[in-house]
Amino acid sequence: MSANLSVRGLKAYYGLTRALHGLDLDLKEGGITALLGANGAGKTTVLRAICGMIRIEGEIRLDGRPIAGLSVEDVVRLRVAHVPEGRGTFVRLTVEENLFLGAMIRTDRAEIVQDIERVYSHFPRLKERRHQQAGTLSGGEQQMLAVGRALMLRPRIMLLDEPSFGLAPMLVAEVFEILKAVNKADRVSVLLVEQNASLALALADRAYLIETGRIVMSGTTAEIGADESIRRAYLGY
Amino acid sequence: MELFLHQLLAGIATGGIYACMALAVVMIYQSIDHFNFAQGEMAMFSTYIAWQLLAWGFPYWIAFILTIVISFIGGVVIERGLFKPIRNAPVLSHIIVFIAMFSILNSLAGFTWEYTIKSFPSPFPAQPLFNNRLIGAHDLGMIAITLILLVLLYVLFRHTRLGLAMRAAAANPDSARLVGIRVGWMVALGWGLAAAIGAVAGMMIAPVVFLEPNMMLGILLYGLAGAVVGGLTSPVGAVLGGFAVGIVENLAGTFVPVVGKELKLTIALVLIVAVLMVKPSGLFGRAAVSRV
Repeated sequence: MSANLSVRGLKAYYGLTRALHGLDLDLKEGGITALLGANGAGKTTVLRAICGMIRIEGEIRLDGRPIAGLSVEDVVRLRVAHVPEGRGTFVRLTVEENLFLGAMIRTDRAEIVQDIERVYSHFPRLKERRHQQAGTLSGGEQQMLAVGRALMLRPRIMLLDEPSFGLAPMLVAEVFEILKAVNKADRVSVLLVEQNASLALALADRAYLIETGRIVMSGTTAEIGADESIRRAYLGY
Repeated sequence: MELFLHQLLAGIATGGIYACMALAVVMIYQSIDHFNFAQGEMAMFSTYIAWQLLAWGFPYWIAFILTIVISFIGGVVIERGLFKPIRNAPVLSHIIVFIAMFSILNSLAGFTWEYTIKSFPSPFPAQPLFNNRLIGAHDLGMIAITLILLVLLYVLFRHTRLGLAMRAAAANPDSARLVGIRVGWMVALGWGLAAAIGAVAGMMIAPVVFLEPNMMLGILLYGLAGAVVGGLTSPVGAVLGGFAVGIVENLAGTFVPVVGKELKLTIALVLIVAVLMVKPSGLFGRAAVSRV
């Protein structure tokens, strides 16, 4: 298995409080990896740690290159797209401006315009609302916008924080459908944080279970989904 | 009627200067959430730099451009040197630094160029254009320069990637970092632009109010009134507010006998208080909402 993101002994801190206690994690190239766990287990913290938003110790390598300690802006320049909790929409800017912002580090203007059209082809509803303020979109549309904005980076790695949060089941299916398509088409590696375990296991090919800042189990989604005790204890179904 | 039109146009001319100051204040306010008390002193200092360049024999428009460039760099340096280190410090620390900057710039100007009033040249002819009797050439030129500046800024913010990045950084710094925008530099750039806008305002108003270290005090107060009237969160509102304050000030000073010349500055304060009482977010601003 070739991993393009590998994390070793990751510890993360909020002020003096340690939130992750030495955590190992590999992201398979072109795969979808799910990070599952209860509220407060540290899932979001893992994403924040990877893209340099909080103080960490340990090793994070992107294609063998150490990226721990880089600023958020520099991690983004290595084509790591992060769709944060709450989506991080620029609510006062238009939909199209939000998409342009996703490509802020790129300079290939013509291709940026092409990519915007591509995002619109994935999410036709965004095209209808391209000149509207992003804050006026529904939750589902804002989630589409967040994914679209991440795609504008032409990412190699996408970090997704609860894309299903606050969405109607039908919209969730739609968003996940597109994630799958993008993952296949562009061979983007996806790290997916989800509370909705059954959903995540259906989409991902590998999964990690995290509990109070430690990985307690990892394996293919088939293995994890099949294990009755794990399902009861951690996944709640 | 002619008096009315005359005062209206004069109001628009000074209103443009207030609009510039209001815009400078709002630009910094949007990126660091604090009101820069020293904005006027920065503009005053820039104007002295222009005066010095002119005294050294530079032609007016060369000195004008040079002053803008120097002010821009100065603004960036002030942000990087003074305000970046206290980025996360409490409000009071910011206020102390603003006050320090205010008094340092004021004293430094007085120390370097003396406190005596100097005249500052206007680049525009002394005779009114086309022999019109309504508006002097300097007032007309002031309006033109203000409008050019506003159009340039509009193009920068609405139609360039840099402008988009600056707006994004001010609106949502965390998300801006996540798309790779260097937010710290955008803030510094905002300071540079604010300083440059202030420099233009200073150079345009100096022929009217004369050059001395306290020349911008009243102007900044009017500018602040404009910003508050329009809304500290809205650049367009601040500009319109600045023009409105200029017009109201001139018309009230002429037609309301009680006001006259002496009480004109009071109007700015009355406007600030009135707007804060009725609509604290300003006419075009939006109410501050914060999650707790």
